Amino acid sequence: MPDEIKPPAPPPPDGDAKPTADEPAILGGVKATPSGSVQADDKLPAEKLAAPAAAPPAKPATPTATSNATPAAAKPAAPAKAPVPAPTTWDSPMVAKLKGSYGSGIEPLTYAGQNYMVVDRSLIPEILQVLRNEEQFDYCVDITALHYPQREKQFDVVWVLYSFARNERIRVKTQIADGATLPSSVPIWAGANWLEREVFDMFGIKFDGHPDMKRILLPDGWKGHPLRKDYGILQQDNEWVQINLGIESGQ
Amino acid sequence: MTDPNATLAHHVDIADLAAHDKTYLDANELVINMGPQHPATHGVLRVILRLDGEKVLGLECVIGYLHRGVEKIGEHRTYTMFNPYVDRMDYVAAVSNGLGYCETVEKLLNVEAPPRAQHVRVILTELNRIASHQLWLGTHALDIGAITPLFYTFRDREEILKIYEKYCGARLTTHAFRIGGLQYETYTGFEKEVKNFLNFFRPKIDEYEELLTTNRIWVERTKNVGAISAEDCIALGVTGPVLRASGVKWDLRKAQPYANYKNFDFDIPIGENGDTYDRYLVRMAEMRQSVRIIEQAVDALPEGPIMAKVPKVMKPPAGEVYHSIEAPKGELGYFIVSDGSTQPYRVRVRPPSFVNLQALDLMCRGELVADVIAVIGTLDIVLGEVDR
Repeated sequence: MPDEIKPPAPPPPDGDAKPTADEPAILGGVKATPSGSVQADDKLPAEKLAAPAAAPPAKPATPTATSNATPAAAKPAAPAKAPVPAPTTWDSPMVAKLKGSYGSGIEPLTYAGQNYMVVDRSLIPEILQVLRNEEQFDYCVDITALHYPQREKQFDVVWVLYSFARNERIRVKTQIADGATLPSSVPIWAGANWLEREVFDMFGIKFDGHPDMKRILLPDGWKGHPLRKDYGILQQDNEWVQINLGIESGQ
Repeated sequence: MTDPNATLAHHVDIADLAAHDKTYLDANELVINMGPQHPATHGVLRVILRLDGEKVLGLECVIGYLHRGVEKIGEHRTYTMFNPYVDRMDYVAAVSNGLGYCETVEKLLNVEAPPRAQHVRVILTELNRIASHQLWLGTHALDIGAITPLFYTFRDREEILKIYEKYCGARLTTHAFRIGGLQYETYTGFEKEVKNFLNFFRPKIDEYEELLTTNRIWVERTKNVGAISAEDCIALGVTGPVLRASGVKWDLRKAQPYANYKNFDFDIPIGENGDTYDRYLVRMAEMRQSVRIIEQAVDALPEGPIMAKVPKVMKPPAGEVYHSIEAPKGELGYFIVSDGSTQPYRVRVRPPSFVNLQALDLMCRGELVADVIAVIGTLDIVLGEVDR
């Protein structure tokens, strides 16, 4: 058994993974450009690890540098291992029924034994209502979002639902553009209230018809929405130092 | 003997003096602020109360004072580096947080911890449930005015923390588990010490109950206070002991077993009225059930490896997984999205305290101000987890 306790992983073998001079190493590579705007090239060190000594220095914030689904740069590492698992189609009587009424607006998928459906934005209020009232998904576990800045529809919004009667958990996912709104699901599940407020706080996605659409964790005067990928982790810090101390931030 | 009429006249005088305040006194709604620096809000919770005299008309929670941006940090750390951060959310049940996180990443990596690691995980997690409930009981009773239970529970909780300290060197933010299993083998005498603790602790639960269960002040302060129905719990997403006290027999350890809970025999205690007293009873019963689970796990502790084969540089295939466990406070979920790199694309934590706290408004309506304290206590929130 002592064999199983390995020493910490050695640093990656090739020098390519080392941060370049103008790229902060510890904080995952988010830097303020001289113009003052902030760029997120946080996946950069990771992709360099994946493509040892292959690519020329990747260009930050281009679509290829942060592509989300099977990044091209990760491919050289993959062939040695088993094929990369991919979502498969999810089949169930409920899905067949929903497919029957909504057709191609729903794409039911399974990944790692978990079922979810990608639903067209226009169907969202109706599908959630149907899932709650007809399919007994009476417990809204969580609402959250993801940001893909290089996509046209920048946000994925995810509802995690659970049914006590069926002991089943599903996720509903939809894509929306920056600035677009979603109908609030507070009338369907009262518990969606704070969850939607948190999504607004962190991503800036507004929910129409929400009883109290304001920030929840951050102060009202906060600038920006921190969980967007283009919100650098040093942004707030640099600004504070400049405003309050009148000097360049040391970070 | 004073003349009653004289006193009355005296009162009238005072009222005259305050005549300019008449509009204020006439108002039947009074807004007062409680917290964020308040000893009974269990951390930095601010509550804005709307009162009619002594009665609560409604309230609003102001949270976020302890927000550290844990989810953002997660996107900038590797999977392994983020592991210790999760301990700092619900810091009185750090082991449960670690279990949920490790299992979620294991699902992404498609690995499973070996049986011995799973057993040790169950033992430590259930010990943590006891410790969390002990801390809840002590502080909750203290809020209501019973000081003694605090000393009893902290005295006994110490024994659990000693086991943690001996196992991994830390008492609270333990970082006890690793993705794929455990870093440390159990120390010599671990089983014996855990068993000694169980034998020591079993009569202590009776001791706590002796102090409170039939104590008239306790019963008066908790019975029919902050009652919430099962329907409201489900609509608001409230889970954990609060849901079970309302009569819903739902526990993720049974409903969707994780780790190796399916191998252990235990009951799900439930209440009837969904009031503060029932929630107290449910948590007391849960401590007894945890003792049962730990006993079985220690007796059946298998030999074998404690770490599954996981790569040193973890790069889970692109995909997303939601996994949740029954933390002492309710359903603790992790939604992790991988883009195939060494860092998660997104880490979402579904904290039970945050969602349960939403019910505070409903539970306090129509109650007295003093009961707000009791209800905050009975929800068992940890602000580190509410705010993340």
